[in-house]
Amino acid sequence: MGYNPDKPMDGRISDLGPPHYEQFFPAVIKENKGKWLWHEILQPGVLMHKSETGAEVYTVRVGGARLVSVEFIREVCDIADKHCDGFLRFTTRNNIEFMVDSKAKVQPLLDELASRGNKFPVGGTGAGVTNIVHTQGWVHCHTPATDASGVVKAVMDELFDYFTSMTLPAQCRIALACCLNMCGAVHASDIAILGVHRKPPMIDHLRITGVCELPLAIASCPLGAVKPAKAVVDGKEIKSVQVNVERCMFCGNCYTMCPAMPLADPEGDGIAILVGGKVSNRISMPKFSKLVIPFLPNTTPRWPETVAAVKKIVEAYSKDAHKYERVGEWAERIGWEKFFEKCDIPFTMKSIDDYRLAYDTWRTSTQFKYTSHIK
Amino acid sequence: MAKHETPLLDQLESGPWPSFVTDLKRQAETKPECWDILGQLELSYEERITHWKHGGIVGVFGYGGGIVGRYSDLPKRFPGVEHFHTIRVAQPASKYYSTKNLRQLMDLWEKYGSGMTNFHGSTGDIILLGTRTENLEPFFWDLTHDMGQDLGGSGSNLRTPANCIGQSRCEWACYDTEAVCHAMTLKYQDEIHRPAFPYKFKFKFSGCPNDCVAAIARSDIAVIGTWKDQIRIDQAAVKEYIAGNYPSNGGAHSGRDWGKFDIEKEVVALCPTQCMWMEGGELKIDDTECTRCMHCINVMPRALRPGADTGATICVGAKAPILDGAQFATLIIPFMKMSADNEFEELVEFIEKIWDWWMEIGKNRERVGETMQRLGLPAFLKVMEVEPIPQHVKEPRSNPYVFWSDEEVPGGFERDVVEFRARHAA
Repeated sequence: MGYNPDKPMDGRISDLGPPHYEQFFPAVIKENKGKWLWHEILQPGVLMHKSETGAEVYTVRVGGARLVSVEFIREVCDIADKHCDGFLRFTTRNNIEFMVDSKAKVQPLLDELASRGNKFPVGGTGAGVTNIVHTQGWVHCHTPATDASGVVKAVMDELFDYFTSMTLPAQCRIALACCLNMCGAVHASDIAILGVHRKPPMIDHLRITGVCELPLAIASCPLGAVKPAKAVVDGKEIKSVQVNVERCMFCGNCYTMCPAMPLADPEGDGIAILVGGKVSNRISMPKFSKLVIPFLPNTTPRWPETVAAVKKIVEAYSKDAHKYERVGEWAERIGWEKFFEKCDIPFTMKSIDDYRLAYDTWRTSTQFKYTSHIK
Repeated sequence: MAKHETPLLDQLESGPWPSFVTDLKRQAETKPECWDILGQLELSYEERITHWKHGGIVGVFGYGGGIVGRYSDLPKRFPGVEHFHTIRVAQPASKYYSTKNLRQLMDLWEKYGSGMTNFHGSTGDIILLGTRTENLEPFFWDLTHDMGQDLGGSGSNLRTPANCIGQSRCEWACYDTEAVCHAMTLKYQDEIHRPAFPYKFKFKFSGCPNDCVAAIARSDIAVIGTWKDQIRIDQAAVKEYIAGNYPSNGGAHSGRDWGKFDIEKEVVALCPTQCMWMEGGELKIDDTECTRCMHCINVMPRALRPGADTGATICVGAKAPILDGAQFATLIIPFMKMSADNEFEELVEFIEKIWDWWMEIGKNRERVGETMQRLGLPAFLKVMEVEPIPQHVKEPRSNPYVFWSDEEVPGGFERDVVEFRARHAA
């Protein structure tokens, strides 16, 4: 018996939540959870964790597209069935991790992965470039200012050697979000590739009455650039909105709220590059990514300007930063003026903030001391 | 046989990184709608603009989230993607899977969907990419009945919580991130599936201040592991590092010759609080000065470990820039014990106190971090009944505009201007 459209609520099950994680643990993980003592990266993409029981788990990390097919996942399952007792996991950065419980099982697994063309690149560990986290882009989203999967593919092709090696001063986290909504949350990445619009929304007066709540559209603008206005449709005056284009900062929030205000445009849209963000509390507190290149065009299918810009930043960082220094820490040590110079990026007015945000005295970190104030 | 010419996308089949185009083409052999994904995407590459329509409200009965409606704006040309709704399936904690489970889910998706997925979406769900409206209920039936699995969140509700790998395979996790994440996900199924919030709300659980799940940057409530006592030191292992017998940072830097390991330069001098020193060949730490940034532990994982009195720091209010700018989560509770014995009671109380307040006064599409900004951190701390401590700020305010209240000033605010004028001519 399956779903019965005549009685949709009959036998319905809801609110089950996700399956319990423990049933998916490989045996060595199940037996050693909470007992791990230390780890070591044996070679790029291969980690060993040592337990207090003496057990070891060897993890082989594999990069790849986030956009993957049913057939691909089945292939992943074939590998895990053959080598990993039918278990695997994914990382938060869309890598796949195959785990085995002895060193002898590592090489056969690596050989298997290598035998399958370029589908399973091993790497993404330590002081290198790991997988790029990204959003949907033109493959699924209605608000993007650029594609996601294609840009990522082009950038990773160029940075491939940094994925399979550990030669950088520290890990370099790259992220892509295809518009300012930032489903990919690229605001704290070493290098952020961000889709941006540069033309104000058009107003579709024919459709606005049917698809928009005008007060919501007006309220959606953080700069008050959307105002009530009258328009004439088929000789009749209707209530609509207008945009004060001088105030528009192209965030696209009005389009999110009102489908009759599209702003995407082949010439207007492209990519901004932000750098120096990080999430970790290591040494310095978490940092936001800062805008260093305001616009690069959407040159399909391989975005050569974006690829070149990212590579130039990675190479300048690699050459100049100290061991353990993240991109943002390096930039702060040498000073941003030196950053622009060393990366050969022209500094423009666009990198000078003229928006708002003044909460910077709040402590956005886990760094604090236990003083008498903490009860 | 390809249904559309894709000369631009074909150029993304070369190069060393795995190609999603090649993968899509392979899948198209058995799921022809993938040709229309390729065809529409190729057109976007030609025209440099998206061809997906705005929105579309679809879902399954009883849920207000978990499915994102999507329609092609060229349905006649690309009928295979006329409807292209996304299903978010709640992922298990830490994203471990059995192949049996994944194969079953893939079989379902082959039956009901496009055959394309994301492993995983940015928030953490399994994303099943592209299906038709009429498939949603049958898919949901099979997902719940045959697999015992469920949808994740979308819209103005609690989004599917996510956690780092935690104690299952990491020596640094200061609490069981999997246990808390799973417990909170189950506890708040109603909040995940039925939108009742001003806007989205996210929990993320990281086991240590390295914050591998980016909790401090991305979650409304970030639960980040930390400890209260001393970093555990194995002095014999410290000597092995100094002797060069153990690789620094767990081997993370082995691809380049950085010279001989120098503990003074690489650990002691880089400590942000300068709370370490070498004495008689031993590494000493003044733990009362330590802010637990993890650097020394990261560099010498075989010699140093987090303390044993562990819990979590709770930070609130992170978000991406839309609209007022990006925010990191602000430290609210410096240390909270995380115990499954009382079902994480303290955390639950904290979560629900925030929700009670935010659901009442949060504006439409206002993240809790923005509500905090709008009303101020002092107002938030009062609501949370948290005593202000210096740890809440990076530095004290630099302006003198204090909102004194009537009760705080002797005599109160009520005064008589006539009486004032009797003594002070205008």
